[in-house]
Order: sequence, then structure tokens, then C-alpha cells
Amino acid sequence: MKAFDYLRPSSIAEAVAAAGRPGAAYLAAGTNLVDLMKGGVTRPDTLVDITRLPGLDRIERRANGTTRIGALVRNATLAHDPVIARRYPALAEALLSGASGQLRNAATTAGNVLQRTRCAYFTDTASACNKRDPGTGCDAQGGVTRAHAVLGWSQHCIATHPSDFCVPLAALDAVVEIEGPAGPRSVPLDAFHRLPGDHPERETVLEPGDLVVAVTLPAEAETFAGHSRYLKVRERTSYAFAVVSAAVGLRLDGDRIAEGRIALGSVALKPWRAREAEHLLAGAAPTPEIFARAAEAALADAKPSGDNAYKIELARRIVVRALTLAVAGTPDRVPALPASPFATPSAGVSAHA
Amino acid sequence: MPERQRHGASIGQPLTRRDGPDKVTGAARYSADFKPEGLAHAVMAVSSIARGRVTHRDIAAAQAHPGVIAVMTPENAPALAKSPDQKDNPFTFRLDLLQNDGVRYANQPIAVVIAETLEAATEGAALLAPRYEAEPVSVTLGAGEIFSPDTIGAGSATDEGSGDLAAGLAAAETRIAATYDTAAQYHNALEPHSCVAEWDGDRLTLHTPTQALWIAKGRIADLFGIPPENIQVVCHYLGGGFGSKGFIAAPQILGIMAAKMVGRPVKLVTRREQMFGPVGHRAATRQTLRLGASRNGTLTALDHHTLTLTSRHDDFVEPSGILSRHLYAAGAIATTHAVSRADIGTPIFMRAPGEASGSVAVESALDELALELDLDPLEIRLRNYAEVEPITHRPFSSKALRECYAQGAARFGWAARPRQPRQMRDADGLLVGWGLGTATYPAGMMQGEARATIRADGTALIETAAQDMGQGAWTVLAQIGADGLGLPIAQVELRIGDSNLPNGGLAGGSTGTATGGTAVHNAAQAAIAELADLAVNDPASPLYGAGNAGVTARDGRLARNDDPARSEAFSEILGRAGKASVEAKGQGAGDPASRKAYAMHAHGAVYAEVKVDPDLGQIRVTRLVGAFAAGRIVNPHLVRSQYYGGMIWGVSLALHEHAVLDPRSGRVMNGNLAEYHIPVNADVPAMEAILVEEHDPHVNPLGIKGVGEIGITGTAGAIANAVWHATGVRVRDIPITLDKLLG
Repeated sequence: MKAFDYLRPSSIAEAVAAAGRPGAAYLAAGTNLVDLMKGGVTRPDTLVDITRLPGLDRIERRANGTTRIGALVRNATLAHDPVIARRYPALAEALLSGASGQLRNAATTAGNVLQRTRCAYFTDTASACNKRDPGTGCDAQGGVTRAHAVLGWSQHCIATHPSDFCVPLAALDAVVEIEGPAGPRSVPLDAFHRLPGDHPERETVLEPGDLVVAVTLPAEAETFAGHSRYLKVRERTSYAFAVVSAAVGLRLDGDRIAEGRIALGSVALKPWRAREAEHLLAGAAPTPEIFARAAEAALADAKPSGDNAYKIELARRIVVRALTLAVAGTPDRVPALPASPFATPSAGVSAHA
Repeated sequence: MPERQRHGASIGQPLTRRDGPDKVTGAARYSADFKPEGLAHAVMAVSSIARGRVTHRDIAAAQAHPGVIAVMTPENAPALAKSPDQKDNPFTFRLDLLQNDGVRYANQPIAVVIAETLEAATEGAALLAPRYEAEPVSVTLGAGEIFSPDTIGAGSATDEGSGDLAAGLAAAETRIAATYDTAAQYHNALEPHSCVAEWDGDRLTLHTPTQALWIAKGRIADLFGIPPENIQVVCHYLGGGFGSKGFIAAPQILGIMAAKMVGRPVKLVTRREQMFGPVGHRAATRQTLRLGASRNGTLTALDHHTLTLTSRHDDFVEPSGILSRHLYAAGAIATTHAVSRADIGTPIFMRAPGEASGSVAVESALDELALELDLDPLEIRLRNYAEVEPITHRPFSSKALRECYAQGAARFGWAARPRQPRQMRDADGLLVGWGLGTATYPAGMMQGEARATIRADGTALIETAAQDMGQGAWTVLAQIGADGLGLPIAQVELRIGDSNLPNGGLAGGSTGTATGGTAVHNAAQAAIAELADLAVNDPASPLYGAGNAGVTARDGRLARNDDPARSEAFSEILGRAGKASVEAKGQGAGDPASRKAYAMHAHGAVYAEVKVDPDLGQIRVTRLVGAFAAGRIVNPHLVRSQYYGGMIWGVSLALHEHAVLDPRSGRVMNGNLAEYHIPVNADVPAMEAILVEEHDPHVNPLGIKGVGEIGITGTAGAIANAVWHATGVRVRDIPITLDKLLG
């Protein structure tokens, strides 16, 4: 591993100043960064360890109904927090469907939001990758592409964002709080990750030195709690990244859908909010027909980036299934196989209907 | 209790692992855990091209990195006494040991950096930033020139058959023809290939995981031009071998070379991604099955053709068709193999080489035929039950496969299976399917030797250079030794895992317990004979005059057969003789006459239940019941563990494991355990392994067949058949992944 400077700032201001220098990277749990460093995919000169920064490991329920999740809150802590599980059950289900128990115990909220793509051509340093080395090309195209993007990709990059957690965050209109050299600012999660376009190396709106300090859920996010699911199809039962996933939330008004939220995971370089589909749901009765139309709308712009056309049809079916499960009601507790098609809906009874 | 189990015997007891406490407390030291004084760390740099040559390495940059001691390249690598490309026999595989700048596959070692720390060596290897002259590559099955290899697998005939295939097919009333693909798999034992090498002049001490200590010693002696007795290879524990540690591999030899170069002990551990190339793999196959049957389901013809890949520079051919030579009776049988060369590391033995990949194709094809005939899958297997070995017509030394089918079916509830697919759903609407596969693996034996010593204090020592890679040798060899000596197992000390001990043969090919166990048994019996010699010729002994064959060892005493009340303790016999101990050696090897006269195989039947999401295609195996007959079971507890391990690998073969190579570069694009999927706990179903009683008087004196590999056979086919039964979709491209079910 390349030798690097290791800094342990004691305040956010100190951290921001330290990380503004070229070649610096923030280190939290390191569950993604350290792997990439071992593989020579990223070679930072300086690591700014933020794990000792005060005040970033709290889950705060605020008077205005928002919930603020500190950047250093561990995935496991967050998933098992009773307030989170009750108000934002899809969030807990998504978190628990990701990685392994050991990784969730370490991985942080901000680290999850900032995790890098699993595109093999990004991690294989012998391959051309515009994201890793801007301007070198994209060897993924024409290569092994079963897992690649079907939405929002460009001729420069066909990678996907692998996070589970970000999918319900996008659906729930979460906001990312950032401290930076220019002071604090907030960016909706949906606008936080960039699509590849001409600059796949620019993955988020973060500028040098910018530090994610929290993710906040708006007050209305909990109005979906009763009909909220995360569904993740994967190639083994656990400990696998999604082939395609979806987070959905429905707010029912009698026998109609007052508002629906849909976001897809592992289909694009960002969690993919399906707003056209949501419009179709608003005011409609929750029928298989409307779910099918919503699924069509969600994938209307999809096109294969390689040998992955199956993901488009799979994504449609996942949207329909997730909506169907959501209408039935959020299960009483997160299933033993979170977000899995094998989560046996018959075993749970809704406590939210 | 099985009737043949003697009261008080160790053999047959479900003892827990004798090495268990050391493993769970961390006291067990694996090869890379040894840290001799002055240890330096070596890291391999490996090639990112699959064919061509290295034109530049930035050696200065690596050398300049703090902590780097040396950079070993073809320019300065210690000379070997013999080219590692010289092939003296089919099992001397060519190794890439920095002899030139050529590159023959991706991840081939192209330099080794030795440093004071692992971190410095790792960065030194990265700083080499090699440049290449790359040539176009081919890694695709069937892309190169296809030829008929000289032999397949472990030297078996490439093509073998019997009867008139064309006539058999012509006579058939029902025929099917189908082609099945199986993916390349790479050995990924928890413990990667590693070594700690320490030279003292021209003497070498090597800690390295190997399935064959003496074979390793021989190869090293050959390569370095030193006598084998100068080399001590130590391997008390292996964290899995699965065939990739049968023969010493390039990374281990490079560690030895590095130690020679820097004049210090060196540790080299293969990085996980470096496991995908230089240490072997199971090659991809494309198998074409043509089956013909009469209306009643009797096979008139079975044609099994395998196309596979081997490397451009060496030969190993996955022998997928071999099992069709001895599993099902058919009027005519043809098994043929063809291969093409590719820019890949040389494939090698991987758990049930040939049988694993072949079984999934044969079992799938048989079910496809059963569907045409509207026969139950179990029924078609029974109608083609081989009473004698097909092709050779030799009788089986033992074969309780019928009992395996029956006991497995009863336990599984097979009789309730609907004939048609897509008939069963669970309460959540998931599709449910049931499938069956026949398991089979040869009951081979290698050659091994053991030494037994009976000590004056009444305890005994068993020694053999066998090794325990998790299968349980530490326990079962002690059980066999204890019974051979007539001692409680607590009185028996076992020493294995050191090449200074008598040659223990190879823990591979499911032969370890049969070979090592026979050697231990014979050594124990010979030591008892030595002891008896002392007693029966000593007028002061109550055994005097009984004759050597007139006494039996039991509970640490020799007793007269004609009067068991007249006995004497081992310690008394040795004490009176004034001897500290008696010792004797014993050999383990198959009896050539029996092996010629009889076909020797273990068998089994595996029943699988899967659930499949009808819309999303995700698959989960929910139940596996395997019933296996493998001769005498030395330790039912450990044998079940072997079957479970094999069956789980069957799940992996059927649903998960496949190396993805980019055809443009030849690089493995999923060379890590996040993306190279094997089953996790949540993929492992409810499992049962039924140990079917089988008495085999011919395989060896103890009646032991191997159990290390059979579990993977049958299982993958059973799962493929269950997926069809659940969905109505026959997937012939293994592993079966959800995209293939979406339709």
C-alpha cells in the first residue's frame, strides 16, 4: 500500500481545511476506501480520519418532524434504531439487506452514501476507466456488462451506484448536509450524485474539502411508514449487491393512493427516482394495472448498455412487486431475510394498516 | 449401531475433531503463522496481460521504496537446477518461476518484491508499473483449434465406450440431444497458497499448505538440485486444498527462491485476486449429451462428448465424461473429449474433477429424457441401474446405490412429487421444485506408509506424512491406529503434517483415508506382531507358546485367543524385555488383483428442493437430502461434514460459482470474494446426509471408500432438475442465474 499521511482532526473546521489539499481523502470506517487502496484503485496522499469528530454519531429527532442522521452513525446502529425502523421502515430494511453484519457494524451513514461503484473495470486498474482516470475511455463497454446501468448512462461510463441505503433515501427526499470551505450547505440526495455525462469522475456535487456531516429526512417522509418496502433481487440470498432493487412508499387515502414514491437501485450511477411513475400513482386506486403502468413509466427511458437488457424487465417486475407488497402494508418487523423475495410475506402481519 | 461396529472400537465412533480445541482457540498454527527470526515479506507482482511479454519494470522505483530489500525478476532470480517447464511426467505441471519475460496468462507472476514489511513489499510491487508487449488473446471455449488430447484428468483414456452407438441411437424409440455449459471455477480455499521458507546452507525448512508433503519435497528437490532429505516441509493444518494444493504451485516456489535470494527467511502469501490464475482452476466445459431409449426407458445409447479448455503451455483436461463410463447401464456408450488451448493458467484438479462438471450434465440430460418418456426421474435411474460396471462389465466391489435411492427418497418424500413442472407453490406463492441426481466417485487408492511405535508406558505413536485439510485426518487416522493397536484412542499420539515422517501419500482423489488409514492399520498390526513376538517367545509371559497369530491386542493388552483370561499389558511385555519400545512400518496401497477384478466406486443419491420467485427469478435451495454409500464409515460425524461440504459446493456449482473472463483481455473480472459468488450461510439449505450401510470386502482391508468429493456430484444436477421442476424452464448454461429464468 502506498505510504500516506494520517491526520486526525479534532474539529470539523480542521478536517475541512486538511481535506482541501490535493490528494486528501476522508476516512471513516474505511470499509470501501481501504479496499480500494489495497487494490491500488485510489492512492491518496493523506487520510483525514473523521471518526473522532464530535457530534457526528447521533440520530436526532427534531421538533419540526425531521430526523437528522449524523455522518458517523453506523449502518447497524441506524438499522436497529427503533425510531428509524418505525418511521422509515424501508430504510431499515435496505440497510439490513446490505453487506454483512460485520460490515454494517463498521460502515457509516456518509460512507454508504459515498460508496464507489462496483464496476469491475473501475476496480481493475489495468482497464481504461474514465471514472478512475479521466479521459482514458471506458473498457466496460463491450466487456462483461451483465450488471451495468440501464438508465442515465453515457458513452463515457455505464457503471451503477451500488448502495441499498441510498435508494429509500432518494425515495424519501432525504437531504445531505455538507460542511465545506465555503461554509455549510444542503443538497437533496437526488441531486447529490451526478450522472456520468461527460465527466464520470465527478461522482457527486462535493468540492474539495467538502464533508458530509449528516443526512436529514424531511417531516413528510414518515407518512409513508405504513406502506413502505425495499425489495432487492440478488444472485445469492445474502451478502450480494443488488442486481436491481426498488424502494417504494405509499401514502393511502381511503382506497386511493394519495402519494407514491418509487426509487430504483443498481440501474444507474445514482439511486434512480421514478417521478413519472409516481405521478401516475397519485390519486389512483392501487390496482395491478396502475402498478404495471407505473413500472412501464419508471423504465420508459431505459436502454441496455451491454448484455443487460434483462435488467429492464426485471426492474419493471420489481417495481410491481414492491408496490404490491407496500399496499399490503409494511410488515410488523423487518423480515429475517431483509428485502429478499424470500422474506416470506405470509409470515408477517401488518401493524401499520 | 451398525452391526459391524465392535464394542469399544474407535472406528465407527462419531468423535469430534481431535484438533478442534486448537483450532477454536487459535493455537493451531497454519503455514503463514510461522515467524522465524529475521523474517522478510515477499509479494508477487502479477501480469495484467494474458499473452505477450514484459518489456519494462520500474525496478528502481520499487528498490527505492523504504523497506524494500530486493526485487526478484528474470534478470536476477536464483538459478534453478532444472527448467520448471520440463515435464517429466503428466503430473509435473509447468510453473511460472521468473525464467523469462514471457506472459502466458493473466495474473502470472512477473516479479517478486521482498521487503521488511508486508506493506513495503506490497507497495514495491505496485511501483513496478510493468509495461508489456501484448499479443491478442483467446480465452473463449471452442475458439481455438480443437483437438483430441492424449489423456484426460489423471491420465485416463480420452475416448472410451462400448457397443455400437449409431445402432443404439437408431434403435431408440425416444432420443434427446442437448448441450450443457459449465463455467470456469477457481479454487478459493480460505487459506490462500502461502509459504514461510528458511534456508540453512543447502537445507530448506518450508511451512506451506500442501495436500502431498512428499510430492512437494520431491518437486522442490528437483527444481533446486538438492537431495530430498535436505528438505523439511511442514504442514500441520491446511485451510482447504480442493486440488489446488495437490502439487506445489508457483507462488510457493517463488517464496523459496526469494528466501534464497535475500539470505533470510521469507514469507509469501498469495493475495486473493492472485488465486485466479497461477494455482489452477476447473476449466469451463461444453458437454453434448445424446441419449436414446426404448419406450420403457432403458437406455439404448449414451453419448457424452466434452469440449473444454486447457492452457496454451501445459495439459490438463477436465474429464467430464468419465462418470458416464461407470454410472448407468446403456446398450452403447461413447465418451469422448476434445480440447482447445487458451491464454489461461493451466486448469487442474478441483474437487471431483470431471465428475462434478460431468454429473450436472448427465443428470440434467437424464431428466430431459424422463420427461420425453413421461417417467419419474427416480424410475428412469432404476431402469438403467448398472449391475456391473458398464464398458468393462466388471462386478462392483460393492454398490448400495439402490438403498441410497430408496432411503433418500423416503426421507425426502419423493413419492409425492408431481410428474409435471410448475405444479407446486408454497404459501407465499413461490414456485417449488424437486429434483434428483445420482452421486458417484471412484474409490481409488494411492501409496502411503506409516510407522507405529508401542512404548513401554503403554501408549503408542502413529506417524505418517499425511495432512489434515479439514477432512479430519487428525482424528480418523488416530481412530484407525487405536483399533489396529488395540488401544483406547486417548493412548494414541498421532504425528502428521511433516515430510520427515514416512510418506503419507496424497490427500486427494478421495484417497487419503483409504490409503493413509490402510498404512496406519498395517503399521499398527505389524507393531503388535513385533510385540507379540516378544511375548510368545518369553517363557515368563502368560502368552508363551501361543504363537504370533494366537494373540489379540485389546485395551492395551495382548490376550491369548484360546484363553482370553491369560493376557499381559503392553507395558509389562516391553518392561520385561528391557525395551523402550517396538516399532514397525506398514504400507497402504490398493491390491492390484482386486482392483483389476472389481470396479470400485462410492455412490449416492441427492434429492433437492428449490424455491423460485415466479416473477423475479431469484432461486434458493431449501432442502437437500443426500444418501451415500461409501464402504466403512470411520467417523460418521466427520463424514457427514464432508458430505455437507460437498453438497454445499454442489449448490455453488449449480447456482453461483463462475469466473467471468473478459474475452478481450483474458483477465478475470470478478477475482474477489465479493463478486465471485459462493454460497453464504443463507444459501445453505436444511441438509441431511444419510450414511447408507455398505460392506466392501475388496477395496482394502478396512473396507474404506473415500468421501471427500462425492458430495458435490449429484447435487448440482439435482438442483438443476429441481429448478426445471419448479419453473418448467430447462437451463443448460450452468450456473443457473436469475436472468436465465426471466424469459
